[in-house]
Amino acid sequence: MELTKLTALELGGAIKKGQVSVKEAAQAALDQIAAQNGALNAFITVTGEQALDRAEQLQDGLKDAQSPLYGVPMALKDNICTRGVKTSCASKILGDFAPPYDAAVVDRLTAAGGLSLGKLNMDEFAMGSTSETSFYGPVRNPWDRSRVPGGSSGGAAAAVAAGLGWYAIGSDTGGSIRQPASYCGVTGMKPTYGTVSRYGLIAYASSLDQIGPLCRDAADCAAVLDALQGRDPRDGTSLDGQYGHLLEELTGDIRGMKVGLPVDCCGDGLDGQVRDAVLKVSDVLKGRGAEVIELSFPVMEYVVPAYYIIAAAEASSNLSRFDGVKYGWRAEQYDGLADLYRKTRTQGFGAEVKRRILLGTFVLSSGYYDAYYKKALQVKAVIKDAFDRAFERCDLLLTPVAPATAPKLGESLSDPLQMYLSDVYTVSVNLAGLPGLSMPCGFDSGGLPIGAQLIGPHFGEGKLLNAAHAFQLDTDFHKRMPKGGERA
Amino acid sequence: MTWETVIGLETHVELATRTKIFCSCTTAFGGEPNTHCCPVCMGMPGTLPVLNKKVLEFAVKAGLALNCHITRYSKFDRKNYFYPDLPKAYQISQLYLPIARDGAVSIHTPAGDKTVRIHELHMEEDAGKLVHDPWLDQTRADYNRCGVPLIEIVTEPDFRTAEETVAYLEKLKETLQYLGVSDCKMQEGSLRCDVNLSVRPLGSSELGTRTEMKNLNSFKAIARAIGYEARRQIELIEEGKQVVQETRRWDENKDATYAMRSKENAQDYRYFPEPDIPPIELSEEYLEGLRAAQPELAGEKRARYQREYGLPEYDCQMITSDGALARFFEELVELGAPPKQGANWIMGEVLGALAQRAMEPRDMKLTAPTLARLIARVGEGRLNRNTAVKVFEAIFDTDGDVDAYVKEHGLEQVSDGGLVREACAGVLEANPQSVADYRGGREKAFGFLVGQVMRELKGRANPQTVNSTLKELLGKD
Repeated sequence: MELTKLTALELGGAIKKGQVSVKEAAQAALDQIAAQNGALNAFITVTGEQALDRAEQLQDGLKDAQSPLYGVPMALKDNICTRGVKTSCASKILGDFAPPYDAAVVDRLTAAGGLSLGKLNMDEFAMGSTSETSFYGPVRNPWDRSRVPGGSSGGAAAAVAAGLGWYAIGSDTGGSIRQPASYCGVTGMKPTYGTVSRYGLIAYASSLDQIGPLCRDAADCAAVLDALQGRDPRDGTSLDGQYGHLLEELTGDIRGMKVGLPVDCCGDGLDGQVRDAVLKVSDVLKGRGAEVIELSFPVMEYVVPAYYIIAAAEASSNLSRFDGVKYGWRAEQYDGLADLYRKTRTQGFGAEVKRRILLGTFVLSSGYYDAYYKKALQVKAVIKDAFDRAFERCDLLLTPVAPATAPKLGESLSDPLQMYLSDVYTVSVNLAGLPGLSMPCGFDSGGLPIGAQLIGPHFGEGKLLNAAHAFQLDTDFHKRMPKGGERA
Repeated sequence: MTWETVIGLETHVELATRTKIFCSCTTAFGGEPNTHCCPVCMGMPGTLPVLNKKVLEFAVKAGLALNCHITRYSKFDRKNYFYPDLPKAYQISQLYLPIARDGAVSIHTPAGDKTVRIHELHMEEDAGKLVHDPWLDQTRADYNRCGVPLIEIVTEPDFRTAEETVAYLEKLKETLQYLGVSDCKMQEGSLRCDVNLSVRPLGSSELGTRTEMKNLNSFKAIARAIGYEARRQIELIEEGKQVVQETRRWDENKDATYAMRSKENAQDYRYFPEPDIPPIELSEEYLEGLRAAQPELAGEKRARYQREYGLPEYDCQMITSDGALARFFEELVELGAPPKQGANWIMGEVLGALAQRAMEPRDMKLTAPTLARLIARVGEGRLNRNTAVKVFEAIFDTDGDVDAYVKEHGLEQVSDGGLVREACAGVLEANPQSVADYRGGREKAFGFLVGQVMRELKGRANPQTVNSTLKELLGKD
């Protein structure tokens, strides 16, 4: 059996049946990491020994296994706290910080028989769209190693695409799961805000951050989300709901489902090949009995500015605690308290993080708050309203994930404003707190994956995943593997 | 020119919840440094605050008692600044939608009655403490106090004198203690007060430039600082100088205030809504429930004690000066102690014993059932009052068993008529001179004879029985 070609659910089934041991699966993933991580730089920390110990322990408890993901090796983005294991946010400033606690999602995955291989590279503090701003160096795209994997969950997307683990847990503040999933040809989902506990996720922008899975297909995403979602008393923004049934809802039957196609999302600035691939998704869905309607979504020009003001404002506050006083890295030479702060933060943060802290500090400053931050909150309300109106007419929306396929390394960072604008299709979902999914829907002429985004109303995960599952029953884009990797 | 002083107060009060505002760590005062904290109150990366519902309840109760309008849709905000005692580098507070607003408190001073307006009351978390070690020249952070819940109560600039200011603070302290929402111990910092003060020509309606005074650790210091700062500002103006808007620190030892930072150096706190805590929406039922459960406050108790128990105004004042004392009194009465006797014991023995030990009533070991039993034993004639006071002293610190102590030490009053008669007869026989004196009209001699009988019976005799028996025996002869 070629383990790395299986989906997470297929591997989980094989483990349950005794066809594969947990340790064999873990070893297979560690072998792939050993072979490919040097080139891809997807992992910051590999916890191989712990993974093999955990595998033995899980093997012993196999007969009591409940979760379909029991024993399936995975990895966690490095902004998710893991007890005793370095959690760096890909920043110098956290140094070798090893939290004395696990994130809530780690607790939940552990309870479901999860097995972690290590911690995944990312943009520093999840700020970026390319995974190049990491203190630990850029992640490379397994489909073309001269290109970026997207970001900020670039390590997660690259790892899943290249077979370095069967699924990964990322975080999405403005597209950080969906956009790298799109660039790397995997299926990724940002759930409804408040359905996955943020306890232990090192915050970038608290009102927008949400943890979610990156997987080989929609069914795996459903299984992982069933494990992740749930009310958590440690997160005040966590929501009550009916959780844990997403996998059961994957019937592939989407007859009568109304899919909205916002014409405003298919205009200027969108690459022609991406547009064609996304429009073909609507044909496939129609073929399965869905109804596709065009509608207008007249707020697109405001979403990026509103997002960057709110996200930067919250980030400037969230990242203030990294001051060299309590944990992480501290500047070596300093003269007094103010100098300790100044040098630690100047030398400890990278350029993109400092840019956003400065932007956020500015928009919250006395005299500017009303003009920027307050205005952005008003725009956020308008965007929510636009989605509400759209969902009066349809069950879900179909849009591109990014205006183009993965750019070359170094291309984006030279023009940050252009990079910010490329988030135009994803950020509105976070501003409105909605679930959004990215799935492979084609390849461009250069052989790079293209992703399509499905957006649902609050708690619309079931519909989104079922539509994606239906699409994947009729297509094989999600099954293709990068030639550079062992899966080819 | 005659000057008028205008004063407003910002008072921080630590709430007496068992656990902190956003985590389940203890709020106990003191403790070894950094033993009352966890990743949440230390602001470790990835941790999140979850509002303690008891904090909300206490804040609303305080707001109701101060006659505030309670905000039905309230929010937390972040106040951002860097300091090592603030581990998240922001304090979670309330700026835009505080939990309570527009209240009023009536105060009483020798100059008359007055109503002080409350501008707002909001919830926030306390910061930690920095301890400087001059020996090692190191500053160390103690995060035990991080996340201890506070309410800040801001008045309008309604005070004109130090007396009014202190009267308000005393009323505030009494009210919050009665509600049980804070112990208001200034020496432990659970009540802290900043004073905003300006002066203006009497009759003017415009406010002068104000200063804010910090580090005021007692009501006495507040009164002195007000006097000093008003004089300082008046002198400046009379010399043709300007008052600078600034924060000043009261130096207790030098009896003066010193500039800390001016408005130009004021920090920009970059307040914005706290995204980690959802807005608080209060239902009418919730508020109604708290309104119905509000305890009787001091003023109401005073009136009721006069009405129901016929206690003198002075007694009522003394007993209600402290919530714990008033509860103690009420329990005594419920247990059957005659109100006036209960009041006497409290004002005499209880307050005396507390003063001797420099203790607060709430820290007293002695319980009402114990004192009630002691009072009952006197009423039953089984102990005389003097012996009871001795028993009280002996059991006060331990809340000991009255009856066991009396039995062990053989203190029970001798009510056996035969024994008393025997003792009286013996004393009369042994003191013929006194008997002769008494019969000769010297009343004093009778007192001496009573004393001798009491001595004979080791103080345990019922004095009235001794009196009547002696008189009877003397009359017979």
